[in-house]
Amino acid sequence: MTSRPTLAVWKFASCDGCQLGILDCEDELLQLAQAVQIASFTEMTSAVIEGPYDVSLVEGSITTPDDADRILAVRAASGLLVTIGACATAGGIQALRNYANVGEYTSTVYAHPQYISTLAESSPISSYVQVDFELRGCPINRLQLIEVVTALLAGRRPVIPGYSVCEECKTVGNLCVLVAHGTPCLGPVTRAGCGALCPAVNRGCYGCFGPANTTNTGSLSKRLADLGLSERGVSRIFRTFNSAATEFSKESLEHDA
Amino acid sequence: MTPSGPNANRTIDVHGLARVEGEGSLHVAIHDGVLERVELEIFEPPRFFEAFLVGRGYEESPDITARICGICPVAYQMSACAAIEDACGVTVPESVGKLRRLLYCGEWIQSHALHIYLLHAPDFFGCRDAVELAALNPAAVERGLRLKKIGNHLMELVGGRAIHPVNVRVGGFYRSPERAEIAAMIEPLQRAREESLETIAWVAGFEFPEIEADYRFVALSHPDHYAIEAGRVVSSDGIDATPGEFADVAVEEHVARSSALHSRLRGRDPYLTGPLARYALNGSKLPKVARDAAAEAGLGPVCANPFKSIIVRAVELYFACDEALRLATEYEPPEPAAVPVPPRAHAGAGATEAPRGMLLQRYELDAEGTILSARIMPPTAQNQLTIESDVRQVVESGLELGDTELTARCELAVRNHDPCISCAAHFLDVSIDRS
Repeated sequence: MTSRPTLAVWKFASCDGCQLGILDCEDELLQLAQAVQIASFTEMTSAVIEGPYDVSLVEGSITTPDDADRILAVRAASGLLVTIGACATAGGIQALRNYANVGEYTSTVYAHPQYISTLAESSPISSYVQVDFELRGCPINRLQLIEVVTALLAGRRPVIPGYSVCEECKTVGNLCVLVAHGTPCLGPVTRAGCGALCPAVNRGCYGCFGPANTTNTGSLSKRLADLGLSERGVSRIFRTFNSAATEFSKESLEHDA
Repeated sequence: MTPSGPNANRTIDVHGLARVEGEGSLHVAIHDGVLERVELEIFEPPRFFEAFLVGRGYEESPDITARICGICPVAYQMSACAAIEDACGVTVPESVGKLRRLLYCGEWIQSHALHIYLLHAPDFFGCRDAVELAALNPAAVERGLRLKKIGNHLMELVGGRAIHPVNVRVGGFYRSPERAEIAAMIEPLQRAREESLETIAWVAGFEFPEIEADYRFVALSHPDHYAIEAGRVVSSDGIDATPGEFADVAVEEHVARSSALHSRLRGRDPYLTGPLARYALNGSKLPKVARDAAAEAGLGPVCANPFKSIIVRAVELYFACDEALRLATEYEPPEPAAVPVPPRAHAGAGATEAPRGMLLQRYELDAEGTILSARIMPPTAQNQLTIESDVRQVVESGLELGDTELTARCELAVRNHDPCISCAAHFLDVSIDRS
């Protein structure tokens, strides 16, 4: 019998929500643990098996000098490296520091800033090492995660859509909140994956999955301004959980008063 | 005390504590048979939430603060809403409050089932994880996964998503679920309530080290029910304050202890929030079935054995299922789903009970609702000193144990409190002074 492939899960700066997505696969968790050998996953197990690992799932962004070194070691120990979530793929909410002075941030939050070791920017994993697949979302969709792991084990490319939330809205039959209600919505430029959850509750998409494969952010910004959003409002709407993604970063800077 | 022998001088280092949320490590130093030092170190990278909330809109804080913790995002959203509404002088209608409580029950069910079955129980069987435990006792682990799934379902139904719900806003919800949608949860919740009783009986049969800690408990308390989403901050030694007053005390102590030693020590008085605190301070508000089950499991009105927190968590799991069932049965959709919350230049504070303890937020807003300052007190940050003191007690009572066993017991002493280190990473004293 051939041995099972090994899977490792790594955490950098993040909220743990994407790793929790693995534990949230309640119906598949025990099966997954049979299909692969979970070799390192501290949120779930005290057992650690030495690398190398066939597949590494990486959550979180790089924000400290130590983590910048650690990701190199993770890459070296991994066959395939998959980033999971907005932090690992686009810097996460903590990348808001990239638009500010991190020294001021440190002294705002911490009484003893000299104890804090941090980098000026929060960066996606791909800024440091080669990434084999990027799974987006804040948080990731656990069904997409299962698809990625299944595909990689089968040696095929994961089928993950790159089109926008608008297409998902049409598929599930949501009313367009932007057209019908004039609600500011990032759906036209945001990658599908969540299932168009926000328009389903009469709310505009706020961009959890980051930019879609093709975006026209400038055109959307004009529309948002027509709806009454201030320049600062337009800048803010692009500057949340995926603010370091190129398309969103560029657009937020265009409107940064 | 054993000043000589093989165990007299040793250090125990646990790098990368497993089965806790986030990244932490534990350092214990023993010299000449005497415990010298216990340090729970949090090396989770700082993420600066309090800093980047400044300048953002007040309506953004529930979504932004949810991202502090993927395991208790509802707690962050609810405390943020409570704090912002307090600042703006708005009280939400009872129907909105009840729907928030229902959503919160989903998070308690999900988080408690996760901690009991996947993170904590393996320790009591000498297993390294729930997969190993499932090999020994598949029925138990499957029950845990079913309970967890029902909690997640409830959050998806009310919140739109289990991790980082999308339906919560300042003033209420974006959309009120329809009656029929909520009614569909009644039958699963009835099953979950049964299985939570089985959970209590299961964990009550575990073997527990005999340790009693001297805790100063702090929890929210409400006159009508077991407090979750609202209440006053009370303690076992007489504190009875609004969340704002409690935050003020903490702020003053922090400012003072940077220059005066006496206040620094006073400010460092450890206290404990979480299931043990809630049970001790609010236990009389639990439904009778829960109280009876607790008594049958061997709990008195106060449980000061941290290892038995798993029983208290199971009792709370029952309570959360029972309460969710009551709220689902009586459900009337809030109409409208949210009330307007016009901003005003004012400060406000809000506290709610995250599964792992009280979570307090405080904001200062300008007249347009822009956040001028933000302060967040996550439960694990508040509990950290008490967790260290627990570890100290565990080591002192177990100096004769070999390294492997003592290390395992120390790790368990940390996990007893379900620490959420991702949350705690941005609190005020993140680093331990080693000078």
